[in-house]
Formats: sequence, structure tokens, C-alpha cells
Amino acid sequence: MLSEQERKEIEAHSRHYPNNRSACIEALKIVQRYRGWVSDEGIKDVADVLQMTPAELEGIATFYNMIFRKPVGRHVILLCDSVSCWIMGYERMRGHLHARLGIGLGETSADGCFTLLPNVCLGACDHAPVMMIGDTLHQDLDPARLDEIIDWHAKHFFLQEEKKEKKEAADGNTSDP
Amino acid sequence: METPLTRNILPGEKPPDLAQYEKSGGYAALREALRMSPDDIMEEVKEANLRGRGGAGFPTAKKWSFVPMGEDAPHPKYLICNADEMEPGTFKDRLLLEGDPHQLLEGMIISGYAIQADIGYIFLRWAYKLAAERLEQAIGEAYRQGYLGRNILGSEYSLELHLHVSAGRYMCGEETALLNALEGKRANPRAKPPYPQVSGLWGKPTVVNNVETLCNVPHIVNHGAAWFKSLSRSGDGGTKLYGVSGRVKKPGLWELPMGTPIRQILEEHAGGMRDGYRFRGLLPGGASTDFLVSDHLDTAMDFESMQAAGSRLGTGTMIILDDRTCPVGMLRNLEHFFAQESCGWCTPCWSGLSWVEQILQGLEEGEGQASDLERLQAHARLLGPGHTFCALAPGAAEPLQSGLKYFRDDFERHVQEKRCPWR
Ligand SMILES: Cc1cc2nc3c(=O)[nH]c(=O)nc-3n(C[C@H](O)[C@H](O)[C@H](O)COP(=O)(O)O)c2cc1C
Ligand code: SF4
Ligand code: FES
Repeated sequence: MLSEQERKEIEAHSRHYPNNRSACIEALKIVQRYRGWVSDEGIKDVADVLQMTPAELEGIATFYNMIFRKPVGRHVILLCDSVSCWIMGYERMRGHLHARLGIGLGETSADGCFTLLPNVCLGACDHAPVMMIGDTLHQDLDPARLDEIIDWHAKHFFLQEEKKEKKEAADGNTSDP
Repeated sequence: METPLTRNILPGEKPPDLAQYEKSGGYAALREALRMSPDDIMEEVKEANLRGRGGAGFPTAKKWSFVPMGEDAPHPKYLICNADEMEPGTFKDRLLLEGDPHQLLEGMIISGYAIQADIGYIFLRWAYKLAAERLEQAIGEAYRQGYLGRNILGSEYSLELHLHVSAGRYMCGEETALLNALEGKRANPRAKPPYPQVSGLWGKPTVVNNVETLCNVPHIVNHGAAWFKSLSRSGDGGTKLYGVSGRVKKPGLWELPMGTPIRQILEEHAGGMRDGYRFRGLLPGGASTDFLVSDHLDTAMDFESMQAAGSRLGTGTMIILDDRTCPVGMLRNLEHFFAQESCGWCTPCWSGLSWVEQILQGLEEGEGQASDLERLQAHARLLGPGHTFCALAPGAAEPLQSGLKYFRDDFERHVQEKRCPWR
């Protein structure tokens, strides 16, 4: 089932189009923003609200690169593998991330912190090699920059996980006297 | 030297907000345009020789002229700004979107008025997050100030404008595939005719123009066609955003007179090759243009000169191949992109490109055979114009055919040495 918030956002977005179905790509993105990825259930939820068949929506979801149909880690690293970045050291960056995170392209680290995905040109070729994490573009990469960025995200992730655990423990204590 | 497109853009600075944009003369062109007739605007743009900056160089006024006009014209009519920018090696529209969003809006409103559009969409690629934020803000400001919405500035003209953020696929940039994407479908291209100008978005008259194309329009209205032509060093009007990426000293993007020679861009602006690297070739306008080599360095970067040299101006953002980068490896990277982004509609494209990718991979991994070169050549022909539904496959053929021509020795070395000599 769609959450109240998801439904509200999808409805607000539908106003930009003369019919519901045109909002389907945005609706999938909204669900993905809240759930991290779009599961079969997510497809069904969106299909219901836009009055489409799940099969129809599935065909659309799989067509677009930025709809994730498999679970991903907390931080999705989109490493540009297009031509200018390739010339400027894409393979070296990929190798460094592989060694550092123990994951190859399309994989998620065991702790669930990072997913590494190749991505087409990010439109910042004069600052190649580049990657995106979340909404942030990281440019002029080299192994030292990569380490810094990874450290920052890993620390952030660790602190959040710790907070979540503490909160769960605290919640557990009150409900279980 | 005048740089109308980037006059408000300072590196690292926020874009002008509405008040600042107005202070720099912004929206004066819109006021002027609303006093003109749509025909007069079209005539001025035609006279200015503005050609589309999305890659194909189609004359803008001519594109507009196919839209049905007058009392009986079907409505709503649509104007779409193509801000998908996914061609590898291309990073010019990003600057205009992030750096001066009101300039684009003003260009869209005037162009919308010229074709009497009722609704506009900006089709933006998902990766341009900062651009999305700034466009949303600018659209809000423009509505509040009466530049968008009903009866713009007290005229009878009304335009609604929406931002659509795509979910990522190179095909979405092709103008008819873009229409399908906007309608919430898979981004397969549509058969032409009917042309979008007659039957486009939801079957209604639609014009699709590139970001840079639209950004030129307010300046043409402000200063006139003669001025616009005088900016250029060639028969095409205006300035052009030129970019350079690869192993040069100062990769970047510059607004220069249309028709500036390659060498001048490469040496004066990009600072020449980095120490220890030599120039071998370039793709002048993104991944889907033919390679040029050192013999071509004095060619002017305009539509006709590039075509005469055997390539295309494309997006005007060049990618430099240096002597320490393997041309076969570069082609493998390019063809991998096209193979991956093919929408699967036509056989020569999806099946041909995956073959091409495999052959190039074999060459890189030392499994190449002498016959591979002929096979690649044959595929390049099959991918060329006339065999497929859209321009993705011919675009993929361009670097392949020219790469085989200019770097034949390098291909042969891969076969003879049974390895990539650069690895
Ligand atoms: C596969 C493919 C991708 C394209 N991508 C873009 C794009 O990202 N941006 C763009 O403006 N034009 C792109 N084009 C060209 C458009 O189809 C269209 O010609 C252009 O938007 C027209 O704008 P203009 O007349 O202002 O140049 C692409 C074409 C093809 C075949
Ligand atoms: S040429 Fe390729 S991308 Fe274009 S329609 Fe055919 S299969 Fe699709
Ligand atoms: S090739 Fe990597 S950003 Fe363009």
C-alpha cells in the first residue's frame, strides 16, 4: 500500500499532465525515494493508483535506468563509465573502489552501505573522472579523493546505524517492561 | 567579443534571481516580443540563421514554420525544451540550465508565443539535480511576476510551464522518443511522418528544441538578426558553446563566435595538450560524431565546415584522443554505450551494435583476427543512415567508420601482436 505521503506526492505531481499515466515515471521515482528501490509490491501500488496494469508499468520501470528493480545499499555510487571519464581514468577509479569496498559493478557491500553502479556520461566531462552519490556530483576524482568521499559516507552510515540501534533498543525497553 | 548566452554566468556563483535577471536587461525581449506578431518573430529568427544546437543543426525558424497556425489550428500546442543532454562528452546545456535559468524561460516564452503554444515542458535528465532545483525556483518566480500563466504581461497570450525530470535513457533525447517518455511510455521513437509539429505530444502540434537553441532567442529579439549574424565567423548565426574534454591542460567550456577553428579552441582556450601527451584525434561534437585528426585542426567549428571535413558539429563539445590512449579501447567504450542504450527496436541496431562491441572487445583482449576489420567495416555500413528507425545507430556508426579509417594501423597492431599495445 502507498503511504499517505507517497500518495500525496504522486497526486500533486499528476497535476502537471493531462492524464494519470504520464505521471507514472515520477510516481515510480517517488516510491523509490521512500523505499530505496521499486519492488514488485511497489509496482503494484503505483499501478493501482494510476489505473494501469502492473505488467504495463513493469515494462516501463525496466526501460529506465534510474528505476532500481533490485534492493540497493544506503549510498548508490554512480561511477561514470563514458568516454571522457574512461580516457581520464575510469578503470583506475573502478579498481580502487573495488579494492576499497570489496564489491564489483552491480554489487552491494556486505554491510549494506554502498552499491556500485556504472553510469553513462554525467555531463561533467571537463572534470572527468566523476561520480554521483545521492544528489551530489563528485568531480576530478583520484584515489585520494575517492578515499575521502568513501570515508565520509561510511562514517555517516555508521553513525546513523548506531542511532537506529539505540533507538530500537530504547523503544524495545518501553514496550517490554 | 560578445557572449550573450553566458553574460550572466560566473563560475561558482549562484545564477541571477528574477530581480537580478531583470536588472541585467532580462525579460525586455519578452515585452518586445509580445508587441510583435508571431510571424515577425519567426521572420527575425529565420533572418538570424539560428540553427538548432541539439546536434542536427536544423534551422529553427523552419522547424517552427511547420506548426499549424491561426484560428483553426488544433490546441493545446506544445513547446518542449530538450534538456536531456546524455550524449557522452557533452556538458554544455548544464551550464545554461544551472547558470541562468531565467534566460531559458524567457527563450521558451518567446518561442512559445511564436508558435502560439499553450503548454511548455522542460524535459530534464535526472542527474541534473542542481538544475532541477534552480529551474523550479525560476519557474515559481516567473509565475508570480506574470511572465508565465494567464495573459502574460497583460497580453492575450498564456503559457503554462512544467518541469519533467526523466528517469534516464539516452533514447529519451531523440525528439519522438522524448514525446513517448513524456506520455509515460517506453522511450521508443515514433515513425515520421507525421512530424511532431503537426502531431506530437498527445497527438497535438509540438516543437522540440534544445536548451542552447532556445537561450539564443531573447537575444535575437533584443538586438536583431543582423547583430546575431555579426557574432558569427560563418554563415550560421550567433555564438556557440564549445567544450573540450580529455588530456588537455585546461578542459572546459567557452562561448565563442560560431565558426571558431578547432585549433584556436584547443590551444588558446583549453591550453593545448598536457605535458607528455600528444594529440592524435578528436570527436568534434560528442560521441556520435566522426573522428577528425591533425590535418583538420584548422577547420572552423560550424555546421558546414565540419560536414565538409567528414564529420559533424554535433553538440560542439569535443573529446580529445591522445597518444597514450588506445583508439580501439576508446571505440570499444563508445560502442558499448550505444549497444547498451539501443532501444531494441531495429535489428541492425541492437544486434549489430552488440556484435561490434564483441569484436572490439576481442581485439582489446588479444583475440582479434585479420577479418575483424572487414566485419567492423560492414557493420558500420549497416548501422549507417537509412537502415534504422532513428539516428542512434547512424550516430554509433560515425566514430566507428572514421576510427577504422584514421587508426587502421592501431587496429592491425592489435591483431598482429595479439594484445592491446597500450596495456
Ligand atoms: C539518440 C539521440 C539522442 C538525442 N539526445 C538529445 C539531447 O539530449 N538533447 C538535444 O537537444 N537533442 C538530442 N537529440 C536530437 C533531438 O532529436 C532533436 O533533434 C533536438 O532536440 C532538436 O533541437 P534543435 O532543433 O534545437 O537542435 C538526440 C537525438 C538522438 C537520435
Ligand atoms: S536505431 Fe536503435 S535506438 Fe533507434 S529505434 Fe532503432 S533500435 Fe532503437
Ligand atoms: S564522460 Fe564522464 S561525465 Fe561525461
